[in-house]
Amino acid sequence: MKRTITAVALALFATGVLAASAGAPLDRWPDRSKDLAALQNGARIFANYCLGCHSANLMRWNRLNEIGLDDKQIKDFLIFGPQKVGDTMTIAMNPKDAKAWFGKTPPDLSVIARARTSFEYAGADYLYTLLRGYYRDATSPTGWNNVVYPYIGMPHILWELQGPREVTIERTAHAVKGLVRTTTTIDAEGRATVTSIPVTGETGETMTVSFKSLAPQLARQYDSDIADLVAYLVFMTEPVRADRVRMGVWVLLYLALFTVVAWRLNAVYWKDVK
Amino acid sequence: MALHKSEYKGLLGWIDSRMPTLMSEYKKHMSEYYAPKNFNFWYFFGSFALVVLVIQIVTGIFLVMHYKPDARYAFESVEYIMREVPGGWFIRYMHSTGASFFFIVVYLHMFRGLLYGSYRKPRELVWIFGCLIFLCLMGEAFFGYLLPWGQMSYWGAQVIVNLFSAIPLIGPDLSVWIRGDYVVSDATLNRFFAFHVIAIPLVLLGLVVAHILALHDVGSNNPDGIEIKDRKGLDGKPLDGIPFHPYYTVHDIFGLAIFLMVFFAVVFLAPEMGGYFLEWNNFIPADPLVTPPHIAPVWYFTPFYSILRATTSDFMWVLAAGTAAYAALIYFALPRGRWRYATLAATLVVLVLMLPKSPLALDPKFWGVVLMGVSVLIFFALPWIDQSPVKSMRYRPGWHFWLLIGFVVDFLVLGYLGTQPPAPTLTYIAQLGTLLYFAFFFLMPWWSRAGECKPVPERVTFAAH
Repeated sequence: MKRTITAVALALFATGVLAASAGAPLDRWPDRSKDLAALQNGARIFANYCLGCHSANLMRWNRLNEIGLDDKQIKDFLIFGPQKVGDTMTIAMNPKDAKAWFGKTPPDLSVIARARTSFEYAGADYLYTLLRGYYRDATSPTGWNNVVYPYIGMPHILWELQGPREVTIERTAHAVKGLVRTTTTIDAEGRATVTSIPVTGETGETMTVSFKSLAPQLARQYDSDIADLVAYLVFMTEPVRADRVRMGVWVLLYLALFTVVAWRLNAVYWKDVK
Repeated sequence: MALHKSEYKGLLGWIDSRMPTLMSEYKKHMSEYYAPKNFNFWYFFGSFALVVLVIQIVTGIFLVMHYKPDARYAFESVEYIMREVPGGWFIRYMHSTGASFFFIVVYLHMFRGLLYGSYRKPRELVWIFGCLIFLCLMGEAFFGYLLPWGQMSYWGAQVIVNLFSAIPLIGPDLSVWIRGDYVVSDATLNRFFAFHVIAIPLVLLGLVVAHILALHDVGSNNPDGIEIKDRKGLDGKPLDGIPFHPYYTVHDIFGLAIFLMVFFAVVFLAPEMGGYFLEWNNFIPADPLVTPPHIAPVWYFTPFYSILRATTSDFMWVLAAGTAAYAALIYFALPRGRWRYATLAATLVVLVLMLPKSPLALDPKFWGVVLMGVSVLIFFALPWIDQSPVKSMRYRPGWHFWLLIGFVVDFLVLGYLGTQPPAPTLTYIAQLGTLLYFAFFFLMPWWSRAGECKPVPERVTFAAH
């Protein structure tokens, strides 16, 4: 019976595989959601760099207790304003000013990892690739551009941590006369070199991106820091998650036991029914 | 006034002599309600639906204690429940998972009805109350979905309320009247909240009572589609019947234990269910200025939504041709006389309103709304359009069963397509699916009579456990 229920559930929720669309492929976020040191480092980066413009209005400071930080540490190292540990992570920037400065109010990040998830990708992968997807672009108003989110309003706040990079974007797309492969190389100053060649034989539209760091050691550390930051964002999106799963296992074990009892009880009653 | 003479002793006797209704109703609906002994897997879903209803009401009460039906605070108050209210996340996930499970359970319950002819005489009223419950459930889900005030809540409500504006003449004013504003706003949120927490649940509860009372008057159907009341023993009890309590109560508790394992596996381990139970976009607060790139209703509405979207202006030609062909079928099925003329006249009027080139043609969007409405309401007609001499698929021609399975596949395909962004190929498939959906029902009076039925046994088929 259970198998039938599962089969019906699977049939109801089964979805087909979507045709690949031509966007930058997302990198897989190395899951550090159980690594306390990574979560703490992520919280540190978040408080130091993100909280200037982005709020996390739904996140109370002392929920960071759950990733191993005590109230004193939170107060001494993470809160820079007059806030108390029982307050939520609000910011002083006025949303209207922010809109005037950036063209769009920087979104609240409390549930961003969930909000950026879709049927095609996890929000964590999106954020991990986005924050590592910046490149210099002399044509953009902020001087920065992003392979995941073209002409993003947010400049590359963390550029000093990542160091200078060059990027090569290779895009195969339909043009007037069939498929054309365009290779754009943008140097660390944002100057672009573009070459286009027609291609034959290939079917779909594709996009590949490769970065070349001019400070590889910095870039490696940056990747690790971003993985930590994303771990923190994932934690913040649903702080109760770990408890929920842990509790769920016990609930299911209890119900399994209850099922056995109910099954035997049923059998005792039904043995009279001929 | 003398007290009623009770057969019970002690406290129960005291109560019974003052309120005999209690024990007589208990007997009528539980200990002396004789249900067929051959119920199978498909007969669990009615009681599961009742349990889910209770879960929704109880969790709903606790949610209302903390939720704020105000456009400024609604989104935050839901996250407040998830983060700050002790156990709030558990209550909220049970409620959101319960909404989807309600539809899973009810769809399976309805499938059981189609499989064994549970809507056939004398159970037409049971079926009609059931269909009304289904309508209420859709309303309840729709109104409730606005409350978290996320992007999908907001734009989903916007799209559905806009459908009413497709109604000729009164449409635009009607949609403003429903919203209480020119766009979905705080006024809309407040009235949807009122509908979700009191108006619809009241009606729903009344209908559930009516559904069960009507069922217990005529007695339950069974997988063999035989009336067990036709064969009674010397004691006047059906030979193939067993008291609901304790036999089906213990049986349902066992089934329920397994159901709850599935339910709580979702609640605790995958409350978003991959974006189908809690849509990702709904974690973004409602923004009237930013339309999401792809608006789709929650999965349980998508089969009907697919039918709505499939109704394009090109497709109107096909629908008009289908209507004409169907009218011809009815015309020749009727005896000569005024009903034939009435059919002819009605068809001409409908075609003039349907055909895209006609000067009186109505917007295809309106016809989409009509088709979507008909696709839900057609279930009411089942007791009369099913003309098979035999109730249960067990004894109907094999191909009847496969037609039913084909319909279920069609329903699932339409459901899947409704979750996807529109694309030309997918629209063609949805249009084909729409035609098959209506063909299944509209041609039922003919196909359900065709074919050779197997002999129906006198007694239910049952093997002792």
